[in-house]
Amino acid sequence: MSLLVDIHRQLGDFTLDVSFDTGDLVTGLLGASGCGKSMTLQCIAGVQTPDSGRIVLDGETLFDSARGINLPPQKRRVGYLFQHYALFPHMTVEKNILCGLHGEKDKAVRRQRVREMVELLQLEGLEQHRPSELSGGQAQRAALARMLVSQPRLLLLDEPFSALDSHLRDQLQPQFLHLLRTYGRQAVLVTHSRDEAYHLCTRLCIMDEGRMLRTGGTKEVFADPGSEPAARLTGCKNIAPAVKAGAYEVDVPSWGVRLTSAKPVPDGLRAVGLRAHYFHPRAAANRFAVQPVDALEEPFEWILLFRYVGQDSTSPALWWRIPKDKKPAVMPPALGIAPENVLLLT
Amino acid sequence: MDWFPLWNSLRIAAISSVLVFFTGIAAAYYAFRLPRMVKGVLDVVLTLPLVLPPTVVGYFLLLLFGTRRPLGIALESIGVKFVMTWYGGVIAAAVVAFPLLYRTARGAFEAFDETLAQAGQTLGLSNTYIFWRIRMPACRQGIFAGIVLAFARALGEYGATSMLIGYTPGRTATISTTVYQLWRTGDDRHALYWVLINLAISAAVLLTVNLLEHRQRKGVHRT
Repeated sequence: MSLLVDIHRQLGDFTLDVSFDTGDLVTGLLGASGCGKSMTLQCIAGVQTPDSGRIVLDGETLFDSARGINLPPQKRRVGYLFQHYALFPHMTVEKNILCGLHGEKDKAVRRQRVREMVELLQLEGLEQHRPSELSGGQAQRAALARMLVSQPRLLLLDEPFSALDSHLRDQLQPQFLHLLRTYGRQAVLVTHSRDEAYHLCTRLCIMDEGRMLRTGGTKEVFADPGSEPAARLTGCKNIAPAVKAGAYEVDVPSWGVRLTSAKPVPDGLRAVGLRAHYFHPRAAANRFAVQPVDALEEPFEWILLFRYVGQDSTSPALWWRIPKDKKPAVMPPALGIAPENVLLLT
Repeated sequence: MDWFPLWNSLRIAAISSVLVFFTGIAAAYYAFRLPRMVKGVLDVVLTLPLVLPPTVVGYFLLLLFGTRRPLGIALESIGVKFVMTWYGGVIAAAVVAFPLLYRTARGAFEAFDETLAQAGQTLGLSNTYIFWRIRMPACRQGIFAGIVLAFARALGEYGATSMLIGYTPGRTATISTTVYQLWRTGDDRHALYWVLINLAISAAVLLTVNLLEHRQRKGVHRT
């Protein structure tokens, strides 16, 4: 299993410049809307054509501008799950699934394969329904059935959960992951949700304004996002400009603190990030006096807003997230954070 | 009573509707993929017959197909003549009815969700299959309305038709030219018969449309 994508596309003011190489089961493209994630998927599927570059799947070239290769989408055998599922509205669920089987002429085999998919995706009883009569979750399963029945070599999943209610989203993700593992082919998942990316992907590419900011194992990328936009996309709340002060030390003027890091500070350092979950009242490292500002209550956590004592008045308050049962009665006078949790951003 | 005008009007309207169906859909499909500037100009040209007086359209048709014009002479040498013939009436009706189908079909294509076509492509369906089995059915309501409007317009065509093919009883007479001719010669009673026949056909067409739409709506919401 391998997928290599290295493409360039200019569309008005927008430039897409994407390059990644993956062998993982599920690779995530994480980015804000309009960053070019969906365009990347469309280029891989062949429904959009890049200006230049190369796309190679399992050793077969799908697109290569230098060699004049551009396989039509019909020949790529790449499945695409659209954000709103793109079920054909005038066909029943069964006819939709049959559309993925047009190459199979044997009627008995066609029936058999449709039945298998209907069972696998729990669509029993819905075969004669039209897409307009399905719930969001059912429509997603019908679209998955239609895609999987065509036995694609690669699955492209464009925000598969964004059209669903949030409770359904959480409920469906484990089933979805199980299905991807059962099918056993590589998948590329586009999402703007860091939770979804963390749950489903073993490898992650972070995109911003058409560029690839960071690529790596999901945990590695969350532990060291590397740049300010990437830190924000992975959910880091506290980010401030910083300058290098030593091999393992950074000055953060707007917070009025000097932080120690576990990793050597790079020369091009521009900012630091501190994740809201990692502050600790008894941590000895990077411990500075704080003042409480405000508190926001969430269903299972508290967000305590605070400022460092020496903090610049124009810089926004910092976030400290803590489970409800761990919340102190009064705001501790000082908070620390472990050096390995100081994100160095360039 | 001579029934020729009824038969002539129906065949002119039917054949010109078929012509307009294919040309209008082809024009609508290709026009909406063109760059904006070209599309704007083409759109004006293709819609003009809708807003021009039919006599002006007839004038242009005579300029093209007149028996002393190059195209007219060339066509006549291979035995085709559009002036003073019933199939000239097909051309006149088609040109006048074309914009009605072109515009409704274009509106329907523009409202079509392109991801459906893309989904078809990634599933390996041919572009021809996608056009006839996915795009057309999804746009069927708009296109159907366009065909009906074009047929009704072709049936009622008078101006361009009378200029290009005139009025020859038993050869080029249509219902609309017959009504005028009978009224002009003072035969009010027969003119009224044709008026009533025309009313009956138009009412029947509109009734059919409503019935079909009703059935379609029931079909979509079948549970």
